[in-house]
Amino acid sequence: MIALGVLLFMVIVTLLAPIYAHDIAHDNPFASNLQGRIKIGNHYRSVMQSNTQGLGLGVTPIGPTWHFSKYFLGADELGRDVFARILYGGRVTLLIGFSSGLICIAVATVLGMLAGYFGRATDWIISRALDIVWAFPIYLLAISLSVILVTSGLDLGIIHIGAGSLLLPILIIASVYVPYVARPVRGIVFSLKERDFIQAAIASGASDWHILRKEIWPNVAPSVIVFFPLMVALNILTESALSILGIGVQPPQASWGTIINDGLQLLYTRPWVAIAPGICIVIVCVALNILGDGVRDAFDPRAKLRGSI
Amino acid sequence: MLRFIAKRLASAVLVMFTISVLVFLIFFATPGVNPASRIAGRSASPAVLRQVAKEFGLNRPLPIRYALMMFHLFIKQDLTSYVNIGDKIIPQITAAAPITLSLIFGAVVIWLFVGISGGVIAAKNKGKFIDPLVMFFGIAAISIPVYWLGQMVLLVTQGGLHRSIFAWIPNGGYVSLTQSPWQWALHLLFPWLTLASLYAGIYARVLRGELINNMNEDYIRTARAKGLSERRILYRHALRCSLISIVSLFGLDVGVLVGGAALLTEVVFGLQGVGWLTYQGLQNLDLPLIMGCVMYGAFFVVLASAVVDVLYAYIDPRIRVVA
Repeated sequence: MIALGVLLFMVIVTLLAPIYAHDIAHDNPFASNLQGRIKIGNHYRSVMQSNTQGLGLGVTPIGPTWHFSKYFLGADELGRDVFARILYGGRVTLLIGFSSGLICIAVATVLGMLAGYFGRATDWIISRALDIVWAFPIYLLAISLSVILVTSGLDLGIIHIGAGSLLLPILIIASVYVPYVARPVRGIVFSLKERDFIQAAIASGASDWHILRKEIWPNVAPSVIVFFPLMVALNILTESALSILGIGVQPPQASWGTIINDGLQLLYTRPWVAIAPGICIVIVCVALNILGDGVRDAFDPRAKLRGSI
Repeated sequence: MLRFIAKRLASAVLVMFTISVLVFLIFFATPGVNPASRIAGRSASPAVLRQVAKEFGLNRPLPIRYALMMFHLFIKQDLTSYVNIGDKIIPQITAAAPITLSLIFGAVVIWLFVGISGGVIAAKNKGKFIDPLVMFFGIAAISIPVYWLGQMVLLVTQGGLHRSIFAWIPNGGYVSLTQSPWQWALHLLFPWLTLASLYAGIYARVLRGELINNMNEDYIRTARAKGLSERRILYRHALRCSLISIVSLFGLDVGVLVGGAALLTEVVFGLQGVGWLTYQGLQNLDLPLIMGCVMYGAFFVVLASAVVDVLYAYIDPRIRVVA
């Protein structure tokens, strides 16, 4: 329950991003602000401060002011408000995590149910396709797909997805994890099919569509729901990894992953640029994983009784 | 056993073939931009484009194009970069491989050691303070981005404390094992710990569950009835059976490790291994370099998991019969 609360809190806070940027901080977290000056208390300070150490060349962005209304966590290399960027980045990260989780689970459930229920040729084709994706190391597959698609976009005749679109990371992350859900679903359906109530439904002349929808789906749904929070956490980690490599979320969009990456150059001078978005990812993923455990205990009480993991 | 090994290797070859076809389709047959201009980079001259088209047979049928790609990658090994013109890619990968292997090797040793001993200690002290601790590390492990963890480790060891308690840590970089084993280990210590800490928690958690389950089995009761000591029962009987699931888990994780976590660890610590090469390729959009790294990386993963499976069958004879 605490986990769900934390999650809802993060979602609501990130949804409030524009309100924070426009009404409280009055800045644009997507435009560089190298000349800007901000007022703290009674004095003005520049966002980019001249270096005093070493040769005194170059500039360092302002550190955390700990004033909620202005550069709370300081600025990044381009003088943009890190706190506001984290709020906006959270929207993108959570959007990618949840929507690719939904797409992945929807596609995987349909594939797994079809393969498990119809067996024979359908099963053979779907299972082989899943095996190929399964055998390919996840990140290498995601990297190959991303580097091609993120540079040139996807053009499928009628559908055209631009190179910077968020749909690309969403679809790529969703597709690489399909086998991880589809294979267990297929296994469940396979064993369900042998059970008496399904055999009875087949014998009574019910259509395949009816059996899949009314008899099989209610028995598959709990397992699928258990997967969902875990998949979202996995997707968020994958998104940040791809963004860090420069092939996930593309500028001007920001995500927690891209902000962590921005923080690497400033790691020793302005560590909060990297620390803060990482903490956000950890909080959200811990909440999702605890939620996943809770959902599993609710739907599968035997797992808890067995005392395993 | 020999039959099992032969069968497992045959399936590994089949998997490598399908992976190579998939890579080929992704790099050469994705709808969108002309593959020649993709490979040659954004501002390539028409002459370079013609050269690329000729090298990879881009105006010839798909199977020939596939054969040409494999020929350049594995047989003639003369795949060249069009970003850093003239750089041969395969020698770069083989030069970088020892660094990646060192990183993985050390991390695996630490994570198996910590994971297994943590799991045993947790199972022995079931219900005490150590349980929530193992639980915590198990969840933390699947919630922390490895790249960020690496950054935090750098911040602590190379930041302000580098002049005091962490003064003994080198400023990054890599020293080969043949040059100085001690320096090798010292340079890799924190990358190893970063990588291993993510997995040790999961392994401890899984092993604890397995051990507790196994301790309720009939054969343990039999062993107790025979009057064996608890110590002997735990180490010789229960642990032996529980390690089987750890080995199968390990087979899956090697792939994730090589492809993902090790790549990111190399990038953040500046270790110039295969993952770092891939990262350089991504920064410059050097497609032949990425293609080479992905293909060699994927093949290594497939072979490694085949080896783990053979090991698995060696420990657990049931696998040999079923497979």
